Amino acid sequence: MTNITNLSRRGLFKGAAAASGLVLGFHVGFRKLPFAEAAEAAPFQPNVFLSIDDTGLVTIVASLSEMGTGIKTDLPLVLADELEADWSRVKVVQAQGDPKYGDQNTDGSRSTWQFFGPMRMAGATARQMLEAAAAQTWSAKASECRAQNSFVVHVPSGRKFSFGQLARLAAAMPVPPAEQVPLKDRKDWRYIGKPHPTVDLKDIIRGRAAYGIDTVIPGMKYASVERCPVYGGKVKSYDAKDALSVAGVERVVEIPATPMPSGFKPLGGIAVIASNTWSAQQGRQRLKIEWDYGPNAGHDSAAYRAELEATAHEPGKVVRTEGDVDSALASAARRVSADYFVPHLAHAQMEVPNAVAHWVANTCETWSPTQNPTQVRQTVAQVLGLNEADVTVNVTLLGGGFGRKSKPDYVAEAALLSRAVGAPIKVTWTREDDIQHDYYHAVCAQHLEAALDHDGHTNAWLHRTVFPAIEATFQPDIVYGSGGELGQGVVDMPYDIPNVRCENGAVANHVRIGWYRSVYNIPHAFAICSFVDELAAAAGKDPVEYLRELIGPPRTLDLKALGVLVDYPNYGVKQLAPGIADQYLIDTARLHGVVDLVAANSNWGQKLPPRQGRGIAVHRSFLSYVAVVAHVAVGNDGQITIPRLDMAIDCGLVVNPDRVRAQLEGAAIMSIGNALYSNITVKHGRVEQSNFTDYLVPRIDITPETHVYFVENDHLPGGVGEPGVPPTAPAICNAIFAATGKRIRALPVDPQLLKA
Amino acid sequence: MPQIKINGVEHNIDVDAQMPLLWAIRDIVGLTGTKFGCGVGACGACTVHMDGQAVRSCLTSLADAQGHEIITIEGLSADGTHPVQRAWEANNVPQCGYCQPGQIMQAAALLKQTPKPTDQQIVDAMSGNICRCGTYLRIRQAIKSAAESV
Repeated sequence: MTNITNLSRRGLFKGAAAASGLVLGFHVGFRKLPFAEAAEAAPFQPNVFLSIDDTGLVTIVASLSEMGTGIKTDLPLVLADELEADWSRVKVVQAQGDPKYGDQNTDGSRSTWQFFGPMRMAGATARQMLEAAAAQTWSAKASECRAQNSFVVHVPSGRKFSFGQLARLAAAMPVPPAEQVPLKDRKDWRYIGKPHPTVDLKDIIRGRAAYGIDTVIPGMKYASVERCPVYGGKVKSYDAKDALSVAGVERVVEIPATPMPSGFKPLGGIAVIASNTWSAQQGRQRLKIEWDYGPNAGHDSAAYRAELEATAHEPGKVVRTEGDVDSALASAARRVSADYFVPHLAHAQMEVPNAVAHWVANTCETWSPTQNPTQVRQTVAQVLGLNEADVTVNVTLLGGGFGRKSKPDYVAEAALLSRAVGAPIKVTWTREDDIQHDYYHAVCAQHLEAALDHDGHTNAWLHRTVFPAIEATFQPDIVYGSGGELGQGVVDMPYDIPNVRCENGAVANHVRIGWYRSVYNIPHAFAICSFVDELAAAAGKDPVEYLRELIGPPRTLDLKALGVLVDYPNYGVKQLAPGIADQYLIDTARLHGVVDLVAANSNWGQKLPPRQGRGIAVHRSFLSYVAVVAHVAVGNDGQITIPRLDMAIDCGLVVNPDRVRAQLEGAAIMSIGNALYSNITVKHGRVEQSNFTDYLVPRIDITPETHVYFVENDHLPGGVGEPGVPPTAPAICNAIFAATGKRIRALPVDPQLLKA
Repeated sequence: MPQIKINGVEHNIDVDAQMPLLWAIRDIVGLTGTKFGCGVGACGACTVHMDGQAVRSCLTSLADAQGHEIITIEGLSADGTHPVQRAWEANNVPQCGYCQPGQIMQAAALLKQTPKPTDQQIVDAMSGNICRCGTYLRIRQAIKSAAESV
């Protein structure tokens, strides 16, 4: 039997005095993250991502955050492939937040397309240096020396050196200029394009994977924070007496409120500091706080929806205009219009926001599950008044992110509390905190109109969208969407229609708005993909045939020439070299490709029993193209089941097909939740939902048989994490129409409307 | 002082007996494989075995757990070779992985009680466990393949 006490309460480990339980606790609870341990001893470090030691162990740094996409495995695989490293002799370590790694913001489904090239170059450069070292030793021609699976072989003689034997010699070789580094031929790829398990798989299934919430630092105390239920509110006064009477509670500390817009900084509140999480939560329940609720105290979702919908019926700021929409609508053989609504959503990633911070003498070290270590560093430095160089950011595994963990307010809370208390502090949000103080996915109201000619062709398209902008969380007086936000399914509308006008109506925000997996593509794809299905029905045509007609001839789109008036960032590809960015233009042939692939594999057109139907939707987002066919059954009670989903993706080159498949399977589930369950509403300024009991998310019972198909081509890699989300919800809603004849124009679906 | 047997080891835990088993396991004993997800028994991330049954450790107090055998993910097998763990590995089930200890413990309890579950029995047993990454398809496949292997 061992008597185990909380490690953190010991304060210090006292050498020989440590009991066996303490040692056990130390090994289990406190995991030293393997930051560049190998690199310290490795003689060959040709770049910041790679080192090779004398034993031949190749250490590759994962500079981006692992939240479940597999990026911590897949980018090192790319480097290892070019290096010709034996994957079984590769160790992957997580980077700290450090400018030397470049952009570490893991967000926007950018990681693969952003780093595929740099990872290949990093691996190929090192390979060439290893080959040069071998050639010098053998006095052979470099062209006769070839790296193969962690050895360099002298091809004519068959002699070989291991990478370990060459590491010190390679370090003395000049780094070849980029233009003299040949990349491997695609046919010689060892890992790229083949399925690989993730590097953390074995740890995960044994319960050993270390997330932020698992961080334990000696001397650490635990905090739970009560925040004002209304965004923009602050503490008027508080009484901590009862809280302090709870066993284990040590201190009560106020975190000052950040004035709106609060951006990445903490909301503020009252923190209870205790010797364990539960005591901190118990103490918090006994706080007596009087709040000044501030200007959002009257915010109400129903009134706000009415305001957005009214705005969507008025002319807005024109963001794309081509031809003459008004004349075309006025002279239409048939005019179709519809209004769509999508509510606020909460990320509800399984691991709640949490962080450990340790402030010592004007430096601060943090451990947190973060998508954006760069932003953690900046925000912590700002709230503490430190230089960024004095903030050390450790990145753990993330128990889900979906955009929530791009915002480091929770790390800044821990940092402020650590300074106030003078000890390492772990802040753990409750699920209620997470649901009620999220950076919410934006609510959105839209109005669409179209003109059909006598043959049912669409010749005019009017799209108005009204939503609170993410920028409003960071800057005052923002009422319009940015080019990037409008470029998620509004101004980039790809259909071959001669008269087009897109407008954006003004609206202010009353809660924090943030990125949520696939962001504004959610409402915009829902509206567009639903409306296209409505147009097909109005034209009396098959939805797949009608989509093909709308997509039109194969071409790449020049959005400026199509009348787009806002800056269209195309998901950030402008940062790439011009010749590369041009390869990511919207390509209608690729839209056709995914529609054809999914239609061919999903039994499209085959008869189904009554109250069952299939729906299709296609959408390009994050540089990839996804088409979905949903097969839906609607019970007489209006309840929906989804027997099958078929998803076709064209994301260009695929690094790890099993993880791409997994991302689409998961995106489908998240989109099912957006379509059928999830809904955040606000009354008296407070979010009405609080936990998984009333903020509903998909469970295993709704899970369809899901088939994923790849369009195989040589295009550069596109995004994978997000593009499966936008088309799935409208495909489901179009299937509901096919099954019942009833249109779903507001999410989540209300089963009451679908009763037989 | 509550005395709790976890993974075969008796622990005297010097805290309020009303503390949920979850927080005692994580903060006091130092086993972090059991995860916090909701605190109200609505997500299953904190699932452990109590005398072989799957229970939510966030709703089970130390007082409730006293005198019972508690097994956490760390104690399910010595080396990750429980049939459910093998099936999870073979099917590459996890994405972020955070909920998976709870999913695995729930599935292991199901197969112990019902070695050959029907699809409906799988749904019934697993509906209390949320995965926000949406790995349910593979969870279903893995449970079926684990059922075939035992």
